[in-house]
Amino acid sequence: MAPWSKIGWALVLGLMVVALIPRLREMMTHAPRGGRDDWVAALLPLALVVAFVALLLWLV
Amino acid sequence: MNFATTATRTRQSMLATNEVIRSTYTLLSMTLLFSAAMAALSVWLRLPPMTHLLSAGGALLLIWLVLPRTANSAKGLAVVFAITGLLGFGLGPILTLYLALPNGPQIVATAFGGTGVIFLGLSGYALATRRDFSFLGGFLFTGLLVVLVAALANIFLSIPVLSLTISAAVILIMSGFILFDTSRLISGGETNYILATVSLYLSLFNIFVHLLSLLGIMRSDD
Repeated sequence: MAPWSKIGWALVLGLMVVALIPRLREMMTHAPRGGRDDWVAALLPLALVVAFVALLLWLV
Repeated sequence: MNFATTATRTRQSMLATNEVIRSTYTLLSMTLLFSAAMAALSVWLRLPPMTHLLSAGGALLLIWLVLPRTANSAKGLAVVFAITGLLGFGLGPILTLYLALPNGPQIVATAFGGTGVIFLGLSGYALATRRDFSFLGGFLFTGLLVVLVAALANIFLSIPVLSLTISAAVILIMSGFILFDTSRLISGGETNYILATVSLYLSLFNIFVHLLSLLGIMRSDD
């Protein structure tokens, strides 16, 4: 990657980090806490996504 | 009397929510088609890699500075098409790079199909179960922040294993965002279909780009 490209991407990502911090603060203070069942219901489809991506990597 | 009033309000609220969901998916379909057309145009023009950076920077500026001020008006629609068009256009140089590989078209098609399956599966799951996934917010935003800092560091470190880990993490986090955003649509937490469309589009876009990256890295190891 060319040096100007590295600086450009670093600027874009740095700005994204700065813009994300207020949203993160808001989420940490206002988001409800999930129970055990909620986490299971969320992690199950995410585990399937991981398995699906692994399958794609194996197929290609 | 009170029961009848409450029932009417609940029905009105449900109709409004269904209308937001329908508008979101209609606009999302249109923006995806537009984005794909812009990507095809960019591939055809054989633009340099700088296009990707400039398009991403332009789209981010529109998301931060223009979208919040126009999301409640008809101008918001034009802004959404500008954002998704720019991001699609920026994909051109990446797609050109992958299409030049020996089995490049297969990698691009697999990433495209894989993204579609992930999106339809997760959206279908969230819509069918109608569960509230708003509790995922803190976890997803923290994960995104960690990934962004890692990606920022990896621009200068250029560690291949870290690139692989970042791509895998982005796919997982964006999948979580699909559940989060869809459940916000269902629960009425998001009532603006323009903002909902941009959120879902960004999740899809990031899953596609990072799935493409993972498939490309794995293929180049052969």
